[in-house]
Amino acid sequence: MSSATPASVADVVSGLAANGYLADEGLATAIFLSLTMGRPLLLEGEPGVGKTEVAKALSALTGGELLRLQCYEGLDASQALYEWDYPRQLLHLRAAEAAGTISSDVAVIENELYSERFLVRRPLLDAISDRHHIAPVLLIDELDRADDEFEAFLLEVLADNAVTIPELGTFRATVPPIVIITSNRTRDVHDALKRRCLYHWVEHPDLEREIAIVQSRVPGANELLSRQVSRLVSELRSIGLFKPPGVAETIDWVMALTALGRTELDAASVEASLGAVVKYREDADRVRARGIDTLVESATNAD
Amino acid sequence: MDEDGILGLVELLRTAGLSVPVGNLITFTEAVAIVGSDLRSLYWCGRATLTHSPIDIELYDRVFRHWILGTEVGLTEAVSRSPEPLLVDDDERLDGEQADFAEIETNDGAVLRFSRTETLRSMDFADLDDEERLEVDRLIADMRLTATMRRSRRRRPSKRSSGAPDLRRTVRESLRTGGEPINRRTLQRTRVARRVVIIADISGSMAAYSRSLIRYAHAAVSARSRVEAFALGTRLTRLTRELDIRDPDQALQRAADSVEDWSGGTRLGEGLQQFNDDWGTRGMARGAVVVILSDGWDRGEPERLASEMARLSRVAHRIVWVNPLKASDGYAPLARGMAAALPHVDDFIEGHSLGALDRLSSILSSGRSGPVRSRSASSPAEVTR
Repeated sequence: MSSATPASVADVVSGLAANGYLADEGLATAIFLSLTMGRPLLLEGEPGVGKTEVAKALSALTGGELLRLQCYEGLDASQALYEWDYPRQLLHLRAAEAAGTISSDVAVIENELYSERFLVRRPLLDAISDRHHIAPVLLIDELDRADDEFEAFLLEVLADNAVTIPELGTFRATVPPIVIITSNRTRDVHDALKRRCLYHWVEHPDLEREIAIVQSRVPGANELLSRQVSRLVSELRSIGLFKPPGVAETIDWVMALTALGRTELDAASVEASLGAVVKYREDADRVRARGIDTLVESATNAD
Repeated sequence: MDEDGILGLVELLRTAGLSVPVGNLITFTEAVAIVGSDLRSLYWCGRATLTHSPIDIELYDRVFRHWILGTEVGLTEAVSRSPEPLLVDDDERLDGEQADFAEIETNDGAVLRFSRTETLRSMDFADLDDEERLEVDRLIADMRLTATMRRSRRRRPSKRSSGAPDLRRTVRESLRTGGEPINRRTLQRTRVARRVVIIADISGSMAAYSRSLIRYAHAAVSARSRVEAFALGTRLTRLTRELDIRDPDQALQRAADSVEDWSGGTRLGEGLQQFNDDWGTRGMARGAVVVILSDGWDRGEPERLASEMARLSRVAHRIVWVNPLKASDGYAPLARGMAAALPHVDDFIEGHSLGALDRLSSILSSGRSGPVRSRSASSPAEVTR
């Protein structure tokens, strides 16, 4: 473990804040426990609340390398764990043949082909390899998109922090990785996996925290603008949109308005940049029906 | 906080219905030892180690408050109720409705040729007496749902010579032929069952049918896992996990208990919106066969139902609407909700009897039994707002 490992919950809060992530007490406790007890942390929450960002900030905090595995349907061991570099293996065979150095003994060729030279390490194997001196941060993103088979397989790897490759033997982590798993809850993650993990439900931040997040994420942004946009976004979350905007959208929007050179919110720029925050045509119609002027007015008048 | 205190909290959580395996209890104790045992730390440690979903958190908060304050506030809500048959108090109303739905004369001479099972097959669920209901439940439990298959992204080794090359096996085999890849191996896509999502209206008039459909879902869930079930009253309740392990009657009862107001029908539009927001468009309904059971009497605005149906139809593979009223003579989809939803429905069927459930089974397994909706009917232009 590196010296950067936080010693208390408060350390986690300040350490993450220094790396641009403002965590509340619940999330910080969960992260601290995950680091101290060496347990995977399962994060669930609405899209765009910053689940993935946790892993990035954590990697910046501990100095461990960030290894990301994006889940999708049909994800299997060859994509998540390891694969042999088949084209190179075939080339190697051809080259050996051409040079006349090919052995007639199958066992010898086999040893040559199935050596670490031809091994392609995918994120899971990479996370438990011995090249790390500081525990890497393994982000398993959107686990709910993978299928049950992959979950069972993941459980096995996480339980031992070890992987056996038949041709090479067992790989064991010298420093076990910090594992962050995120899910959007499109289906239930299996109970066995949940029991192994610490759990935290990530909420939308409150208004003050959101303003602070925007300020730390968009360096050149005007403070008044951040305040007004955050207020407007939190209003938009309450009007029943198909896809209520997350923190990610607030940040995008402030970035967009800053890029347009705005220091304050006005109806015309909201209309022009609405696509940064509202992602369905129906939602855009709903916002317009609500009256952009009125929305902007109530967001700016509070100051 | 000493160990007894922690055990007391865990005991309360278990009583309130949260499952706390011993392993998690140990993790919790370790966590408290690491972070500290003041109240705030205790609260967050418990939340991180003992809860596994937003619903757990709600329960945890309530029990924690009770534990600290030592009051009975709110705890009673969480204690599970004893199972009761769903329809016990419905007898009177069912008698009244019998005239509308009965389509078979059981004392008719012709019926004698049918076995009891065959008679039951065509009887309307709302007309069954208690004994017949048990019999029907047994028959439903034996029904098996074979869902339509779709191609998965997962591949497996194939015996055919065409298909994506399987380099792993090709290289392996080439070792035997001195490094020459003579036997070229191929991969083929595997097939997986499409997810089936059942959304059952549980308002008063639909209770008998919902009960049977949910039982049907239960049989399907115990047979294979890719079935999701929801109960739709004034709000949406997910039943999948209950169906997985518990008695379906009890699950339905609990869903029915959560409904505050039975009069005046269901808020279909709002319920579907909740489904779309929380589950459907986020992934559950994508490429799935969605079965909606409802009579289409919607208390909300039809425009809202139409736009939610449109949204659902854009992600779902197929939408099957089961309306038991359709079985009665001269039925026309005049209910405003039904009329609004119909353009987005692929199959519109009765579902009032065992025979009709069979029809549903065949639609679910073939995906080709009804008139296929033309996708252009659901173009977004017509359904905005």
